[in-house]
Amino acid sequence: MARLNLILLLVAVIFALAAVSSSHRARKLFIGLENEQKRMRELDIEWSQLQLEQSTWANHARVEKIARDKLAMRPPAAGRIISVEAQ
Amino acid sequence: MRLKFAHSPLLSQPLPAWRARLLQGLLLAAFAALIGRSLFLQGIHNDFLQKKGESRYERVIEISATRGRILDRHGDVLAVSTPVKSVWAIPEDARLSPAQARALAPLLDMEVRELNRKLSSEKDFVFLKRQIPPEQADRIAALDLPGIHQQREYRRYYPAGDVMAHVIGFTGVEDAGQEGVELALNQELSGKPGSRRVIKDRRGQIVEDVESIKSPVEGRDVSLALDSKIQYLAYSHLKQAITDNKAKAGGIVVLDAKSGEVLALANLPTYNPNNRVKLAGAQLRNRAFTDTFEPGSTMKPFTAALALDKGKFRFDTPIQTAPGKLTIGSATISDAHAHGVLTVAEVIQKSSNVGISKIALTFPPQEMWAMFDSMGFGQPLKLGFPGEVGGRLRPAKNWRPIEQATMSYGHGISVTLIQLARAYMAFARDGDLAPLSLTRLDASATMGQSVFSAQTAREVRAMLELAVLPGGTAPKAQIPGYRVAGKTGTAHKIEGGAYADKYVSSFVGFAPASDPRLIVAVMIDEPGGKAHYGGDVAAPVFAQVMAGGLRTLGVAPDAPLKPLQMASVPKEIR
Repeated sequence: MARLNLILLLVAVIFALAAVSSSHRARKLFIGLENEQKRMRELDIEWSQLQLEQSTWANHARVEKIARDKLAMRPPAAGRIISVEAQ
Repeated sequence: MRLKFAHSPLLSQPLPAWRARLLQGLLLAAFAALIGRSLFLQGIHNDFLQKKGESRYERVIEISATRGRILDRHGDVLAVSTPVKSVWAIPEDARLSPAQARALAPLLDMEVRELNRKLSSEKDFVFLKRQIPPEQADRIAALDLPGIHQQREYRRYYPAGDVMAHVIGFTGVEDAGQEGVELALNQELSGKPGSRRVIKDRRGQIVEDVESIKSPVEGRDVSLALDSKIQYLAYSHLKQAITDNKAKAGGIVVLDAKSGEVLALANLPTYNPNNRVKLAGAQLRNRAFTDTFEPGSTMKPFTAALALDKGKFRFDTPIQTAPGKLTIGSATISDAHAHGVLTVAEVIQKSSNVGISKIALTFPPQEMWAMFDSMGFGQPLKLGFPGEVGGRLRPAKNWRPIEQATMSYGHGISVTLIQLARAYMAFARDGDLAPLSLTRLDASATMGQSVFSAQTAREVRAMLELAVLPGGTAPKAQIPGYRVAGKTGTAHKIEGGAYADKYVSSFVGFAPASDPRLIVAVMIDEPGGKAHYGGDVAAPVFAQVMAGGLRTLGVAPDAPLKPLQMASVPKEIR
């Protein structure tokens, strides 16, 4: 009887320790998840800022100005357009 | 003699047995009370203590939700919220040394003197600078100055600036839409912040989620029907025309005839939504939606269509317009140039007021009213824009014959530019009218409501094509490579109840005429130069925007280019 009790006590202690360690692991993983989510939000913000930057650089007014002034481009006159017939 | 305690005679006295038992009983009772109390606190009545305990390490955190982005039909960003920092100070704590102040001032883009003035304020809280870029904020934080703090705010940016100002609108404080799409689609765009309860450890890290009190709802992104390239074309050509013609204002609308999507919409004068310090009422007006005007001759095709649709007239029914004057009651209608006998098609081509009035007067007012009503005049489009108006279409029973005649050429009736553009959809689409859409539709064609027969629509389309050809009123609306159809309008403005010597010039048309894809409506208010006819002022804008739009969309030409050049296809790309 005493032996059985001793074994049961041992089992209880082992499971108690396992519970402690797994709850610790869960917390650690949770912190990891939190950090990744925070990073996700930061990347989201960075993405929106990059999009903003891209659309500022790709602004049509800016593109046209550079094309006309810097690269001396202009739309072709109607007579200079050659249409290629699809076969 | 000292008496030893053990030998005290008191001890040898016998004690009554009940005393020991009483003591034992008391101890036992105290012990039971303790157990009972702890049972009560731990097991039965534990809510209060639990709450107290949790409040030591539990926190409720706010989860912010960002407002959705506004995109054009190709996914280009038109409006986006991004976090910025605001720098504030508690003046009492902010005792800066002169060196510190000199380091901080340039980072805030201000003079040292101004900074010191702000910091010597009596208030407990002063904003030093609101909404600065994050890198600048980081550099300020790196200085680690006492009493200087930062807080995070969201700011909405509009990269397209004044080009799209009226369509997109802007948001006010609290991130709520105030104008344009920002207001019309506020429901979808705005997010709802949430909150959740968590457990934090002693280092302030979140270790466990207790519950989510309110989950945040992120604002949804909205894809508009707008094509930013066509929008830019429309805006820049309109701006050029307004400068060239010394006009007061103007508006332009580009619609997709197949789907009813609004591809571009611009008004001038405009404003920069990113910097709204000096905003005047005139700049804010979304003219295409909120300003009605008497459209003038651009209304003529509707009466002609009614005439053809009811079978009273044919394409080539002759109408006597000589001597270019028509007297109804006490009023006289006159043509800019007198013509002789014209067919119905020529009445539209030459834009004869007398001709169209004669056609209009063969109909009972109720029939004409019903036609105008079915075209959507007199009622707002209900797209959700602030201040949208429906224009003026009076009930038919009050019409006098002269009014019925003037309405046929667009006086005595007022419309908005977007209504006019939409009404032309009936000619561009074989007689049916589709609802307009500000947002991108995934179906390529929208079903409409039939207002004219397909035959009528085709015939009116042919008439409108004549108006653009030599001999018509708007040869300047021609585009090389495409067949174009459209109608000019030049209307006197009403000032103080009388027609003044000021004009509204307009042009509405579509192309390619063989299978219309785009509808463009241009309105120029009070051109102050030498020219004021719609064919000279508005038609060139139409032609430039239409040509650019068709090229952007890759619509195949339906007319030969002059001179036509053909190349044989090289072997490699066959």
